[in-house]
Formats: sequence, C-alpha cells, structure tokens
Amino acid sequence: MDIYRAHVLVCGGTGCSSSGSATLIERFNEKIKENGLDKEVKVIRTGCFGLCEAGPVVIVYPEGTFYSRVKPENVDEIVTEHLLKGRKVEHLVYTDHATHEQDATKSLEDIGFYKHQMRIALRNCGVIDPENIDEYLAMDGYKALEKVLTKMTREEVIDEVLKSGLRGRGGGGFPTGLKWKFTYNSVADQKYVACNADEGDPGAFMDRSILEGDPHSVLEAMAIAGYAIGASQGYIYVRAEYPIAVKRLTVALNQAREYGLLGENIFGTGFNFDIHIRLGAGAFVCGEETALMHSIEGKRGEPTVRPPFPAVKGLFAKPTMLNNVETYANIPQIILKGSQWFSSIGTEKSKGTKVFALGGKINNTGLVEVPMGTTLRTIIYEIGGGCPNGKKFKAVQTGGPSGGCLPESLLDTPVDYDNLIAAGSMMGSGGMIVMDEDNCMVDIARFYLDFIVDESCGQCTPCRVGTKRMLEILNRIVEGKGKEGDIEKLEELAQTIKSTSLCALGQTAPNPILSTLKFFRDEYEAHIKEKRCPAHHCKALLQYYITDKCRGCTACARVCPGGAISGEIKKQHVIDQDKCLKCGACMEKCKFGAIIKK
Amino acid sequence: MKTLAELEAIRKATLSRINLRTDEKSETTRVVIGMATCGIAAGARPVMLSFMDEIEKRHLSHVQISQTGCIGMCRLEPMVDVILPGKEKVTYVHVKPEMVPRIVAEHIVNGRPVEEYTIGAAEKN
Repeated sequence: MDIYRAHVLVCGGTGCSSSGSATLIERFNEKIKENGLDKEVKVIRTGCFGLCEAGPVVIVYPEGTFYSRVKPENVDEIVTEHLLKGRKVEHLVYTDHATHEQDATKSLEDIGFYKHQMRIALRNCGVIDPENIDEYLAMDGYKALEKVLTKMTREEVIDEVLKSGLRGRGGGGFPTGLKWKFTYNSVADQKYVACNADEGDPGAFMDRSILEGDPHSVLEAMAIAGYAIGASQGYIYVRAEYPIAVKRLTVALNQAREYGLLGENIFGTGFNFDIHIRLGAGAFVCGEETALMHSIEGKRGEPTVRPPFPAVKGLFAKPTMLNNVETYANIPQIILKGSQWFSSIGTEKSKGTKVFALGGKINNTGLVEVPMGTTLRTIIYEIGGGCPNGKKFKAVQTGGPSGGCLPESLLDTPVDYDNLIAAGSMMGSGGMIVMDEDNCMVDIARFYLDFIVDESCGQCTPCRVGTKRMLEILNRIVEGKGKEGDIEKLEELAQTIKSTSLCALGQTAPNPILSTLKFFRDEYEAHIKEKRCPAHHCKALLQYYITDKCRGCTACARVCPGGAISGEIKKQHVIDQDKCLKCGACMEKCKFGAIIKK
Repeated sequence: MKTLAELEAIRKATLSRINLRTDEKSETTRVVIGMATCGIAAGARPVMLSFMDEIEKRHLSHVQISQTGCIGMCRLEPMVDVILPGKEKVTYVHVKPEMVPRIVAEHIVNGRPVEEYTIGAAEKN
C-alpha cells in the first residue's frame, strides 16, 4: 500500500470521457513520470463529479483545486506548475457561473454548484476509484451488508427501509419498503432481486453516473435486498448504450466475488447471493417493469397487464423485487445511519434526496443531488446558474416524456413527488430540461410525442394509433396549418389515451401536451389563429426582415444560400420572402443587428 | 474469500491512502514543504520523500503532506511548516532528510516541536 502526497482525480464518466478524459489520464501519467513524480503523485480515474458542463474535470488533492475544461496541452502546465512547484494554474481553475468568482483556494464544497447539494446516492461519485473495491471498502463499503447479515433479522431490515420513507427513484415513487415487504410475504421456492438500469428518459443520466462512479453501492444494496426478501439471485438490467457502466459493473462484480462479498456463504453466515448482468437494447418501454422482466427472460420487451404484480409473479414466474439504481444507492446509507437519519431529510411524504440531471438552456449542465423540498428556483438558478446568454427563463420540463413543463410562476414549488404531480408534472427519473424564451412550447410537446411514437411498443391501440394521431395534429400546428378545434381534439385524444393504455408509457404519453396546454395555451392559439410562433422558433411561421439599421455592407447578401437578399452598397437591403429559406445565416452574419425575425 | 477482520484491515489501510480526499480536515496535521525553485534547488524533494516514508512507516493517516511556493526566505530553504490541529504553525528551516525522523517522532507524534531545528533557533545564531 503506497502513500502518495497528492492525488489527481480525473473524471471518467461518460460526459468527460467523450470530451477526452482518457487522453488526459495518459498524458498525466506520462508527464508525472517524466518529472520524476510517479512515487509522489497518483492519478485516479473516478466517476462523474456532476459538473459535466465544465468537463473534462480534474481535481488535485489535498488542496482540492478544481480544474475545468482541461485540454491535453494543459496537462504539462498542471504537472510542472502545480504538482512540481505547488503553484496552482489559475487560468484553468473553474469559474463560478452564478457569481463569476474564481477562487482556487475554495474547496469543492464551497463552489456554488456543490454548496446547495447533499450527496447520499452520489456520495462516492468523483471521490473513489470505481474500479478499486478497496476504496469503496474504505468509504464504509459493504459494512451495511455485514450489519444486516450479522446483526439484523430479515424483518428488521425491511422495517428499517419501510421506516426510512424511501420511495422508488425510478419515477413512480412507490414506497420501497412496501415493495420489499410484499415480496418477502410471497411464498416461493425461488425469488429474485432485480435492478432497473434501463434509464431511457431523454436527458436523464443519474443511474449511469452511479453505475460508473460507485457500482459497488448497487451490488451491496442488492445483496441486502436479497437477504431481506429471501432471494439468492439478482439481475441488473442495463442498457448496452452504457458501455462504461457495463464495464465497471463487470469489474465490480468480479472483485466482489473474489472478496467473497457475493457468492456462496457470504461472511460465513450461510447466505448465498450472486448477480448477473443483462444487457438491454435500449428500448424505452423496457424501463416498464413487466417489459423489463420479459426482456431479461429473453422474450420480446413488451409490457403485460398487472396484476399479477412482480412481487407475486415476476421473473420466470417467481416473486421478484425490482428497484431502480438510485433507489438501491440509498440503501447502504439507510442501513448504516438508520431510518431516523434518512427520514429527517426531505419533506413530509418524500424523504431523503433526489438526483436531478440538469440540461437544456442552463449554464451548469450536469448532475445535482438535493434534499427533497428544495425549490425549482434553487436548483435552476443557484445550482444550475440560470439560463445562458442572459436569456429569459420560460419553462422547465421534469420527468421526461411522462412529465410536463412548468412555467416561471411555479418556480418556488418545493420539489417532491406530490408537489410535482399537483403542479401538473411528475418527478419521473429526475431529468430537468430548462427552456428559455427561444423555445417554442408547441414544438417541445411535438418533440416528446415524436419520441413516444418511436418508442411505443405497438401492443395496444390507444398508444400505438392515438399518439400517432396527436403527433400529426402537432406537426400541422407547427407548420402553420392548424385549424380551429385542433386543441379540443388533442385534449380529447389525450384523455382517452391516458385512461385506456395498457402500461405507464401510454398512460403518461399525453402529459407533455396536457401540461403545455395548461400553462402555454396562448402559444398554441397563436400558432393556430394568428399563424405566428411567439418564440420565433417554428420556421414555417416566421419571416426574416432587414430593418433600417442596415448599413448596406452586403455581408448578408453574400452569405445567403438562396440568393434572396438584394440591395445596393451602403443602402438598406431587402429579403425576397418567396426565395428565403429561413436558414438564419444572414442574421448570424449581420454585425449591426439589423436583421430580425418575426 | 475475505473474513470480516480482513475486510476491516483493508478499510483501514485504504482509508489512510485516500483520506486526503475526504472532508474531515479538522483533525488533520499538515506538513507543508516549500517547493518553489529555491526549495527544490536546496534539496526539498528528498526531504519530502523522507516525510512520506516516515508517515507511511508509522501509519499516520491523519497527516497530510502538501507543497507550497516560495515565501521569500530562500536562504533558509528547504523550509517545512508543521501544523498540528489547534496549534500554532511551527516552521523548520534548513531541513535535511536525516532530520525528518526526529521531527515526525517528537513533533507530529508526541506534540513537542524540535526547537533546535526551528526558524527561531536558526535566527538566533
């Protein structure tokens, strides 16, 4: 075991990997060796830090200096200045979007992005090396499993989870303890524990981050669940599009087996438990529990009618307990710190924390974990840093394709399961997509519906045909061909699909339309009645004009691919609307802000 | 297959290796070594390595070694600050690797600064 004086943590999550963190690690190792520091400084690849916007992220400990957007050519500077001479490379240090503060001496906890956060499910992400079981052990890893196997009865474990008030983090928000209890109560010769890692909501990536940054927490929790409900076998259903997560899970599984933390007779207590990984092909519907289990069985991933619920008849017709990745990641902490500690965090009916994936028109794109009850405003402005380029906030979409869009007037809503549903959206898996004044809400609804039409499994008519009809109407509206009565027809279809679809995919599919109709009905009406897109987004409904600010520099005329702009030098130009392709190239080129769209 | 005791041993050993990344800084003893050009030229690097060796040998997981830049007294380099939790900073000057075991044993472990190596003693002469 070697002691190093400094650790260089490089983010190896998917976000930072795609912006080149693997090259950084190579370069760091090379340069550190070149400078003779390889006995003093260790480079560690971690899971996601959450601040993906600023990736690739590098943190140098013990100082905790937070470097952002590090390029391979910056590595030499960090090594020769910071690691060799102890001087921080100021120009690479992360700048806070909200405060424009740059303070290299600040520790991670003081950066605005992390200050309001409380990390339970993500506690080890970005802190430990996910491919090293010893580091997980050092962070009290597998202590919860040890505690339940040696000191607690199965009933006590279930009771603890029940009392914690933990609810399913995958979207539904069903009390986790109850699920455990139901499966425990089912009598069978074989039961299963399953983990839903088929994260399919556009914009949500917290499950991937947990699997990439702290895979052992999920394995440990599944073993605890296995003990509690009386199962000896677990399955993790993870999408094949998450190659880094799959690789780290596989490494973690092998390490846990090698240490005897999975397998037969764990800790000599006679408890057997092992886990298999099943890869999904990335179908959205396979996030639905019955479809997911059919897929694990090797059948077509299609939902079936409940009841029977999985707790009675699930995988291979045996009682099965299925939880989401983030739900599992909370379990070891609940066991170690107690249900009282966990239930002291959050709101009356939603306990603990929730991870949100911030995306869209927001400065700090990334992952945040906050106590339940934090307001949308805190998440979007104080942690997320607000909308970029000084644009005005319009709406936030929560809950993915099953959720809805909430306007500015609801920003002070404390976020929890019940408040979001009351507001007309839902928690879902925790995707949060921010929209500014340039987003057209009709087009947003159209985007989500387009996704649903693609992902509908086609089994039941309301979902297969109904969503397609709704999409056709929306397509017409954004093309400026909307008619009187379209809105009413959308509402009627939405209600029918909601009440007659077989599974949650169909039942929630109209939500994006219903919530945008509720809060942004005027935008629909403007499209239909005035043939106008208030956000100037829908191409068919906007025209470009040159105002009298034009100096006649001819830059726009030269860049126009359609040859639609004409005019004499030093005189105001005009756009021929019949020829205009509405590409916006002229507007981008104009130095005088003379071109507008309306 | 590891026993519970073996797992606990791994936990302890690994924690001492990674604890410079954890938040519990209040109980930490800090050893800060001047590692600007002047410090390095005067031989700060072997001094730092011997601190690391000594701390590893004694399993002092609460001790953190870090480096700092030049504070302007280049003639006294290599300089080392030792800061015990809740105590005043003690600055050692002209530190050589062979002085390190004594600093660790007397000051870091037993809380008694090695007076004769400190900046106060050096300035008297």
